[in-house]
Amino acid sequence: MAGFKRKEGREMVEMNTSSLPDLIFTILFFFMMVTTMREVTLKVKFVVPQGTELEKLEKKSAVSFIYVGPPTDQLRAQMGSGTRIQLNDRYAEPKEVMDFVAAERQGMVNEGDQVISIKADQHTQMGYITDIKEVLRKSWALRLNYSASRRN
Amino acid sequence: MLLIFFLVTTSMDTDMGLARRLPQPPDENQEEAQVDIKSRNIMYVRLNSEGQLWMKDETFSDYVDISILRQRVKDFVRNEQNFSKWPEKHVKNIDLLGRCFVTDKHVISVQTARDTPYNAYFQVQNELVAAYNELRNELSKEKFGRTWDNLTTEEKDAVRQYYPQNISEAEPKKYPGEK
Repeated sequence: MAGFKRKEGREMVEMNTSSLPDLIFTILFFFMMVTTMREVTLKVKFVVPQGTELEKLEKKSAVSFIYVGPPTDQLRAQMGSGTRIQLNDRYAEPKEVMDFVAAERQGMVNEGDQVISIKADQHTQMGYITDIKEVLRKSWALRLNYSASRRN
Repeated sequence: MLLIFFLVTTSMDTDMGLARRLPQPPDENQEEAQVDIKSRNIMYVRLNSEGQLWMKDETFSDYVDISILRQRVKDFVRNEQNFSKWPEKHVKNIDLLGRCFVTDKHVISVQTARDTPYNAYFQVQNELVAAYNELRNELSKEKFGRTWDNLTTEEKDAVRQYYPQNISEAEPKKYPGEK
Protein backbone atom coordinates (compact mmCIF):
# COMPACT_ATOMS: atom_id res chain seq x y z
CA MET A 1 0.00 0.00 0.00
CA ALA A 2 2.83 2.35 0.78
CA GLY A 3 4.18 1.75 -2.74
CA PHE A 4 0.84 2.65 -4.29
CA LYS A 5 0.73 5.93 -2.44
CA ARG A 6 4.20 6.88 -3.61
CA LYS A 7 3.26 6.13 -7.22
CA GLU A 8 0.21 8.44 -7.00
CA GLY A 9 2.39 11.31 -5.78
CA ARG A 10 4.74 10.91 -8.75
CA GLU A 11 1.83 11.06 -11.17
CA MET A 12 0.79 14.40 -9.71
CA VAL A 13 4.22 15.82 -10.43
CA GLU A 14 4.05 14.60 -14.02
CA MET A 15 0.69 16.24 -14.55
CA ASN A 16 2.01 19.63 -13.45
CA THR A 17 4.88 19.64 -15.94
CA SER A 18 2.68 18.53 -18.83
CA SER A 19 0.42 21.56 -18.51
CA LEU A 20 3.32 23.88 -19.11
CA PRO A 21 3.12 23.79 -22.94
CA ASP A 22 -0.60 24.53 -22.71
CA LEU A 23 0.14 27.58 -20.64
CA ILE A 24 2.64 28.79 -23.16
CA PHE A 25 0.20 28.15 -25.99
CA THR A 26 -2.40 30.20 -24.15
CA ILE A 27 0.02 33.10 -23.97
CA LEU A 28 0.92 32.61 -27.60
CA PHE A 29 -2.70 32.73 -28.70
CA PHE A 30 -3.28 35.72 -26.50
CA PHE A 31 -0.49 37.57 -28.27
CA MET A 32 -1.74 36.51 -31.67
CA MET A 33 -5.18 37.83 -30.87
CA VAL A 34 -3.96 41.09 -29.44
CA THR A 35 -1.71 41.87 -32.38
CA THR A 36 -4.46 41.26 -34.92
CA MET A 37 -7.10 43.05 -32.88
CA ARG A 38 -5.14 46.26 -32.83
CA GLU A 39 -5.49 46.90 -36.51
CA VAL A 40 -8.65 48.41 -37.87
CA THR A 41 -10.76 46.40 -40.24
CA LEU A 42 -10.01 47.74 -43.65
CA LYS A 43 -12.92 48.94 -45.67
CA VAL A 44 -10.89 50.17 -48.58
CA LYS A 45 -8.61 48.31 -50.90
CA PHE A 46 -5.24 49.73 -51.62
CA VAL A 47 -1.88 48.87 -53.06
CA VAL A 48 0.65 51.39 -51.82
CA PRO A 49 3.20 52.75 -54.28
CA GLN A 50 6.77 51.58 -54.25
CA GLY A 51 9.67 53.80 -53.39
CA THR A 52 13.34 53.76 -52.58
CA GLU A 53 13.83 56.58 -50.09
CA LEU A 54 11.67 55.19 -47.35
CA GLU A 55 11.96 55.67 -43.65
CA LYS A 56 10.59 53.46 -40.96
CA LEU A 57 7.73 54.76 -38.91
CA GLU A 58 9.01 55.20 -35.43
CA LYS A 59 7.01 55.82 -32.28
CA LYS A 60 4.00 53.85 -33.35
CA SER A 61 1.83 55.41 -30.66
CA ALA A 62 2.19 58.79 -32.36
CA VAL A 63 1.12 57.55 -35.77
CA SER A 64 -2.40 57.80 -37.11
CA PHE A 65 -3.42 56.22 -40.36
CA ILE A 66 -5.66 57.53 -43.08
CA TYR A 67 -6.67 54.99 -45.67
CA VAL A 68 -7.64 56.04 -49.15
CA GLY A 69 -8.86 53.77 -51.89
CA PRO A 70 -11.89 52.11 -53.47
CA PRO A 71 -14.21 50.08 -51.19
CA THR A 72 -13.40 46.41 -50.70
CA ASP A 73 -15.11 43.85 -52.90
CA GLN A 74 -17.72 42.98 -50.25
CA LEU A 75 -18.73 46.59 -49.82
CA ARG A 76 -18.62 47.52 -53.44
CA ALA A 77 -22.26 46.63 -54.04
CA GLN A 78 -23.41 49.15 -51.46
CA MET A 79 -20.77 51.81 -51.71
CA GLY A 80 -19.84 51.86 -55.38
CA SER A 81 -16.30 51.86 -56.63
CA GLY A 82 -15.39 55.51 -56.13
CA THR A 83 -12.44 56.44 -53.97
CA ARG A 84 -13.22 56.60 -50.27
CA ILE A 85 -11.37 57.84 -47.25
CA GLN A 86 -11.36 55.64 -44.17
CA LEU A 87 -10.71 56.99 -40.70
CA ASN A 88 -10.71 54.40 -37.92
CA ASP A 89 -13.52 52.03 -38.79
CA ARG A 90 -15.70 54.05 -41.07
CA TYR A 91 -15.79 56.04 -44.26
CA ALA A 92 -15.38 59.76 -43.90
CA GLU A 93 -15.32 63.01 -45.79
CA PRO A 94 -12.09 64.98 -46.14
CA LYS A 95 -13.31 67.66 -43.74
CA GLU A 96 -13.78 65.08 -40.98
CA VAL A 97 -10.03 64.57 -40.98
CA MET A 98 -9.69 67.60 -38.76
CA ASP A 99 -11.75 66.04 -35.95
CA PHE A 100 -9.92 62.78 -36.44
CA VAL A 101 -6.57 64.48 -36.04
CA ALA A 102 -7.74 66.26 -32.91
CA ALA A 103 -9.11 63.03 -31.45
CA GLU A 104 -5.91 61.17 -32.19
CA ARG A 105 -3.91 63.96 -30.64
CA GLN A 106 -5.72 63.53 -27.33
CA GLY A 107 -3.55 61.77 -24.83
CA MET A 108 -0.39 62.03 -26.84
CA VAL A 109 2.59 62.85 -24.69
CA ASN A 110 4.21 65.13 -27.20
CA GLU A 111 1.78 66.59 -29.69
CA GLY A 112 4.53 67.76 -32.00
CA ASP A 113 5.48 64.16 -32.61
CA GLN A 114 2.21 63.33 -34.27
CA VAL A 115 2.67 61.72 -37.64
CA ILE A 116 -0.12 61.11 -40.12
CA SER A 117 0.50 58.19 -42.39
CA ILE A 118 -1.47 58.22 -45.61
CA LYS A 119 -2.04 54.76 -46.96
CA ALA A 120 -3.41 55.46 -50.37
CA ASP A 121 -3.93 53.31 -53.39
CA GLN A 122 -1.59 53.88 -56.30
CA HIS A 123 -4.40 54.82 -58.64
CA THR A 124 -6.08 57.33 -56.37
CA GLN A 125 -6.53 60.70 -57.95
CA MET A 126 -4.41 63.43 -56.44
CA GLY A 127 -7.48 65.57 -55.70
CA TYR A 128 -8.33 63.42 -52.68
CA ILE A 129 -4.78 63.57 -51.39
CA THR A 130 -4.61 67.32 -51.90
CA ASP A 131 -7.85 67.77 -49.98
CA ILE A 132 -6.55 65.70 -47.09
CA LYS A 133 -3.26 67.55 -47.10
CA GLU A 134 -5.01 70.90 -47.02
CA VAL A 135 -7.09 69.84 -44.01
CA LEU A 136 -4.05 68.39 -42.26
CA ARG A 137 -2.25 71.63 -42.79
CA LYS A 138 -5.09 73.59 -41.28
CA SER A 139 -5.16 71.32 -38.26
CA TRP A 140 -1.43 71.67 -37.75
CA ALA A 141 -0.62 68.04 -38.36
CA LEU A 142 2.38 68.82 -40.47
CA ARG A 143 4.36 65.63 -40.26
CA LEU A 144 3.23 63.39 -43.01
CA ASN A 145 4.20 59.99 -44.21
CA TYR A 146 3.21 58.54 -47.55
CA SER A 147 3.03 54.85 -46.87
CA ALA A 148 4.88 52.74 -49.39
CA SER A 149 6.64 49.47 -49.88
CA ARG A 150 10.27 49.06 -50.75
CA ARG A 151 11.20 48.67 -54.37
CA ASN A 152 13.97 46.25 -55.09
CA MET B 1 10.00 29.14 -28.99
CA LEU B 2 6.83 29.70 -31.00
CA LEU B 3 5.94 32.49 -28.64
CA ILE B 4 9.25 34.20 -29.23
CA PHE B 5 8.83 33.70 -32.97
CA PHE B 6 5.49 35.47 -32.91
CA LEU B 7 6.76 38.28 -30.75
CA VAL B 8 9.60 38.90 -33.18
CA THR B 9 7.56 38.66 -36.37
CA THR B 10 4.78 40.92 -35.15
CA SER B 11 7.18 43.67 -34.16
CA MET B 12 9.06 43.22 -37.43
CA ASP B 13 5.96 44.23 -39.31
CA THR B 14 6.87 47.91 -39.37
CA ASP B 15 5.35 50.39 -41.70
CA MET B 16 7.56 52.19 -44.14
CA GLY B 17 6.87 55.38 -45.92
CA LEU B 18 8.17 58.56 -47.42
CA ALA B 19 8.36 61.18 -44.71
CA ARG B 20 7.41 64.70 -45.73
CA ARG B 21 6.66 67.89 -43.90
CA LEU B 22 3.83 70.21 -44.78
CA PRO B 23 4.28 73.97 -44.66
CA GLN B 24 2.60 75.81 -41.84
CA PRO B 25 -0.93 76.99 -42.46
CA PRO B 26 -1.20 80.55 -43.73
CA ASP B 27 -2.23 83.15 -41.22
CA GLU B 28 -5.82 84.03 -41.97
CA ASN B 29 -5.82 87.46 -40.38
CA GLN B 30 -2.75 88.53 -42.15
CA GLU B 31 -2.52 89.56 -45.74
CA GLU B 32 -0.42 86.95 -47.41
CA ALA B 33 2.98 88.24 -48.18
CA GLN B 34 3.71 87.86 -51.82
CA VAL B 35 7.15 86.49 -52.02
CA ASP B 36 8.84 87.21 -55.28
CA ILE B 37 11.17 84.51 -56.35
CA LYS B 38 13.54 85.11 -59.17
CA SER B 39 12.70 82.91 -62.08
CA ARG B 40 16.20 81.47 -62.16
CA ASN B 41 15.59 80.06 -58.70
CA ILE B 42 12.46 78.12 -59.56
CA MET B 43 12.18 74.74 -61.12
CA TYR B 44 8.67 73.72 -62.03
CA VAL B 45 7.68 70.11 -61.96
CA ARG B 46 4.18 69.48 -63.16
CA LEU B 47 2.16 66.34 -63.49
CA ASN B 48 -0.79 66.22 -65.82
CA SER B 49 -3.84 64.03 -65.50
CA GLU B 50 -2.15 61.16 -67.32
CA GLY B 51 0.74 61.27 -64.90
CA GLN B 52 3.12 62.72 -67.47
CA LEU B 53 5.94 64.78 -66.10
CA TRP B 54 6.71 68.24 -67.40
CA MET B 55 9.53 70.29 -66.04
CA LYS B 56 10.80 73.76 -66.61
CA ASP B 57 13.65 75.95 -65.51
CA GLU B 58 15.38 78.83 -67.25
CA THR B 59 17.26 76.53 -69.54
CA PHE B 60 14.80 73.86 -70.35
CA SER B 61 11.15 73.05 -70.57
CA ASP B 62 9.66 69.86 -71.88
CA TYR B 63 7.96 66.62 -71.05
CA VAL B 64 10.54 64.29 -69.62
CA ASP B 65 10.80 60.78 -68.31
CA ILE B 66 10.95 60.39 -64.55
CA SER B 67 14.30 58.62 -64.77
CA ILE B 68 16.16 61.84 -65.56
CA LEU B 69 14.39 63.95 -62.95
CA ARG B 70 16.81 63.05 -60.19
CA GLN B 71 19.92 64.09 -62.10
CA ARG B 72 18.36 67.32 -63.31
CA VAL B 73 17.28 68.28 -59.81
CA LYS B 74 20.74 67.52 -58.50
CA ASP B 75 22.42 69.65 -61.16
CA PHE B 76 19.93 72.42 -60.58
CA VAL B 77 20.35 72.53 -56.81
CA ARG B 78 24.09 72.12 -56.89
CA ASN B 79 24.78 74.61 -59.69
CA GLU B 80 28.45 73.82 -59.63
CA GLN B 81 29.57 76.30 -62.28
CA ASN B 82 27.48 79.11 -60.84
CA PHE B 83 25.56 79.18 -64.07
CA SER B 84 23.49 82.33 -64.44
CA LYS B 85 20.32 80.48 -65.31
CA TRP B 86 20.34 78.20 -62.34
CA PRO B 87 19.83 79.20 -58.70
CA GLU B 88 21.92 82.06 -57.42
CA LYS B 89 24.58 81.37 -54.86
CA HIS B 90 25.02 83.18 -51.59
CA VAL B 91 27.80 83.30 -49.10
CA LYS B 92 26.59 81.71 -45.91
CA ASN B 93 28.39 80.94 -42.71
CA ILE B 94 27.52 77.51 -41.52
CA ASP B 95 28.84 76.01 -38.30
CA LEU B 96 31.35 73.24 -38.96
CA LEU B 97 31.47 74.04 -42.67
CA GLY B 98 32.59 77.65 -42.58
CA ARG B 99 31.93 80.05 -45.42
CA CYS B 100 30.02 78.34 -48.18
CA PHE B 101 28.36 79.28 -51.40
CA VAL B 102 24.89 77.87 -51.17
CA THR B 103 21.83 77.89 -53.39
CA ASP B 104 19.42 78.17 -50.51
CA LYS B 105 17.00 80.39 -52.42
CA HIS B 106 16.08 77.70 -54.88
CA VAL B 107 12.53 76.38 -54.98
CA ILE B 108 11.21 73.28 -56.60
CA SER B 109 7.57 73.73 -57.30
CA VAL B 110 5.51 70.58 -57.66
CA GLN B 111 2.08 71.00 -59.13
CA THR B 112 -0.47 68.35 -59.88
CA ALA B 113 -3.86 68.20 -61.46
CA ARG B 114 -6.78 66.90 -59.44
CA ASP B 115 -6.88 63.74 -61.47
CA THR B 116 -3.17 63.00 -61.48
CA PRO B 117 -2.63 59.42 -60.31
CA TYR B 118 -1.23 59.29 -56.80
CA ASN B 119 1.47 56.90 -57.90
CA ALA B 120 2.96 59.41 -60.34
CA TYR B 121 3.04 62.05 -57.63
CA PHE B 122 4.60 59.65 -55.19
CA GLN B 123 7.32 58.67 -57.64
CA VAL B 124 8.17 62.35 -58.19
CA GLN B 125 8.36 62.92 -54.44
CA ASN B 126 10.53 59.86 -54.12
CA GLU B 127 12.92 61.11 -56.81
CA LEU B 128 13.11 64.56 -55.25
CA VAL B 129 13.92 63.14 -51.84
CA ALA B 130 16.44 60.82 -53.48
CA ALA B 131 18.11 63.77 -55.21
CA TYR B 132 18.45 65.66 -51.94
CA ASN B 133 19.66 62.57 -50.14
CA GLU B 134 22.33 62.00 -52.74
CA LEU B 135 23.47 65.62 -52.61
CA ARG B 136 23.67 65.52 -48.84
CA ASN B 137 25.45 62.23 -48.90
CA GLU B 138 28.05 63.56 -51.34
CA LEU B 139 28.66 66.61 -49.19
CA SER B 140 28.94 64.51 -46.04
CA LYS B 141 31.54 62.31 -47.65
CA GLU B 142 33.46 65.29 -48.94
CA LYS B 143 33.47 67.32 -45.72
CA PHE B 144 33.34 64.71 -42.99
CA GLY B 145 34.49 61.56 -44.74
CA ARG B 146 31.39 59.67 -43.66
CA THR B 147 28.02 58.93 -45.12
CA TRP B 148 24.98 60.94 -44.13
CA ASP B 149 23.67 58.19 -41.89
CA ASN B 150 26.84 58.20 -39.81
CA LEU B 151 26.95 61.93 -39.11
CA THR B 152 26.26 63.43 -35.71
CA THR B 153 23.22 65.61 -35.23
CA GLU B 154 25.25 68.82 -35.49
CA GLU B 155 26.93 67.69 -38.68
CA LYS B 156 23.59 66.71 -40.19
CA ASP B 157 22.29 70.13 -39.31
CA ALA B 158 25.17 71.79 -41.11
CA VAL B 159 24.63 69.70 -44.21
CA ARG B 160 20.91 70.44 -44.07
CA GLN B 161 21.70 74.14 -44.06
CA TYR B 162 23.91 73.67 -47.08
CA TYR B 163 21.22 71.82 -49.01
CA PRO B 164 17.83 72.82 -47.62
CA GLN B 165 14.84 71.02 -49.06
CA ASN B 166 12.72 73.67 -50.68
CA ILE B 167 9.86 71.83 -52.22
CA SER B 168 6.73 73.84 -52.68
CA GLU B 169 3.56 71.96 -53.40
CA ALA B 170 1.07 74.75 -53.68
CA GLU B 171 1.01 77.83 -55.83
CA PRO B 172 4.61 79.00 -55.61
CA LYS B 173 3.67 82.66 -55.45
CA LYS B 174 1.45 82.13 -52.46
CA TYR B 175 3.41 79.81 -50.28
CA PRO B 176 7.12 79.63 -50.69
CA GLY B 177 8.60 76.26 -49.99
CA GLU B 178 9.06 75.14 -46.47
CA LYS B 179 11.31 72.43 -45.22
